[in-house]
Amino acid sequence: MSSNKTATQLQIAAEGIRLVTLHTLAGFGSGHIGGAMSIVETLAVLYSGELRCDPENPDWPDRDRLVMSKGHAGPALYATLALKGFFPREMLTELNQGGGHLPSHCDRTKTPGIDMTTGSLGQGMSTAIGIALGQRMNGSDSYTYLVLGDGECDEGQVWEGALFAAHNKLDHLIAFVDRNGQQLDGYVKNVLDTGDLAEKFRAFGWFTQEVDGHDCGAIQAAVQAAKEHEGEPCMIVLHTVKGYGCTFAEGIEANHHMSFTEEQIEEATAAVYARIEKLSAAENAAEAQEADAPAADAAEEEAE
Amino acid sequence: MFTLKPVFEKSPVLMRDALCTALMDMAAENKNIVALDADLVSSSGLKPFFRAYPEQAVQCGIAEANMIGIAAGLSSVGKIPFAHSFGCFSSRRVCDQIMISCAYAKLNVRIIGSDPGVTASYNGGTHMPFEDMGVLRSIPQITLIELTDPVMAKNIIPQLEDVYGVYYLRMPRKSVIGVYEEGSSFEIGKGNQLTDGDDVTIIASGIMVAEALKAQAVLKAEGVGARVVDMFTWKPIDRELIARCARETGAFVTAENHNILGGLGAAVAEAMVSSCPVPMEMVGVEDRFGQVGTEEYLKEAYGLTASHIIEAAKKAISRKK
Repeated sequence: MSSNKTATQLQIAAEGIRLVTLHTLAGFGSGHIGGAMSIVETLAVLYSGELRCDPENPDWPDRDRLVMSKGHAGPALYATLALKGFFPREMLTELNQGGGHLPSHCDRTKTPGIDMTTGSLGQGMSTAIGIALGQRMNGSDSYTYLVLGDGECDEGQVWEGALFAAHNKLDHLIAFVDRNGQQLDGYVKNVLDTGDLAEKFRAFGWFTQEVDGHDCGAIQAAVQAAKEHEGEPCMIVLHTVKGYGCTFAEGIEANHHMSFTEEQIEEATAAVYARIEKLSAAENAAEAQEADAPAADAAEEEAE
Repeated sequence: MFTLKPVFEKSPVLMRDALCTALMDMAAENKNIVALDADLVSSSGLKPFFRAYPEQAVQCGIAEANMIGIAAGLSSVGKIPFAHSFGCFSSRRVCDQIMISCAYAKLNVRIIGSDPGVTASYNGGTHMPFEDMGVLRSIPQITLIELTDPVMAKNIIPQLEDVYGVYYLRMPRKSVIGVYEEGSSFEIGKGNQLTDGDDVTIIASGIMVAEALKAQAVLKAEGVGARVVDMFTWKPIDRELIARCARETGAFVTAENHNILGGLGAAVAEAMVSSCPVPMEMVGVEDRFGQVGTEEYLKEAYGLTASHIIEAAKKAISRKK
């Protein structure tokens, strides 16, 4: 059930998610922009076909599941789920609103399409393992996807899980580390250096790949290779830039959580539009028109 | 309905065997029952389960936080996990995992904490939970149960198949004084009134129920009517029974194998003051750490015996206006 989109179409879908994420955060005026921006390409790949789901039936037992363990990237996932049709776009205005459906960190009890409650870092590793193990016990062929942050890998629970998943050969667990090199207090190498995460996961017995986390084609190829791989859990280390593609966040040290002005949002939005135009020009116009992915459609709609 | 044994003596059935038998009976009928342990299968008594149902058993190694998270994940895909470790390591060590991955996420998990309080005996202070229920009691919507004897284990554990939520079961692993007759049944959330008496109510739990019954017999011989309640569900606590006993007896003693701070006494007091305030004394561990020793030595050292309950009952009665 892989995407039939070209790599460029996936990049356009990613920019669509980036745009909607920006506007979702802009509606509130502040948020975890850095870690949301660095993960949108992966979300575009997953929700353009790699991750088996049905927005009409979010509780489908045989669906693939995503555990966004770096739960503060919730807004990027909310944007993705809205574009995919799990809930109406208008609901995105509920971000961080009391009584709303979109808390700052992912909550499985509040948001359609959110498979696990996360936010207390490290815990998503174990809950994802539980899901993958349970689905294997259930005889399901579904995959469990897990997104960790590189700062999150400070947590010991991540490594308890790393041991367990390898020992139990959970080959339907496909994890990502968003290696954007930054955490709340600064650069990972200065706060608590997690070092060569790919080597570490290899040493723990994971089938580990490293890709440019902003290259949708590369991410898609890695996911497909992970699905082919048997007998080991799979780790895809995403080399990313925190705040990527957001003019006012990228390259800033303190971009984990930021407040922003309308002008900053306008400037960032314009930059995203420009990239979408450039990507669209590079893509065969007819093919782009035929693209049925909601993310791509929305991006184009937004660009108009 | 329950009936009391005519004579209270050490039960021939070990608590851990009652646990394992109950879980195996459930697993035989329901493939969603899953047992997890953290390198304590040989201690928890779950070895027969792990042998008989390897597809429904998960060895997590010495990684309790991961185990609780796995249990939460399993429950999200329809499994009914029972995760065991010693009480210290299945409560305070994994408090945030129980809070967020299980309770806040509204998942369906059972956690077994063995070796409560002084029953940890020679494992000593590092392994002696006087705080497990207190630590967990502030987690919203969690249910906290302390099993009194193997008869209660046999009846309560199967009830955990069809309920939903986070349940913590505090239980000794080895032999305890048997209180209930075979075939007794219990309702989670309802305290058991074991004896009649109008002068004082002794609200006890776990191994302290047998001590309370011993105290009741002595008090009775002295002409003091003590009503003994087995409050095996600490949360949600039976407020109705507490209010009625307060009205009818006018004095309370609580008896617990746990720190009195945040423990059963605190839970009873909270319920009692808002309904019918009466004089109350608490028998329990007075904000101290564990240590090594025989169970009998430790009960004496921490003031957890029938004579401590008798003394507290007399004091509570003397404080009645």
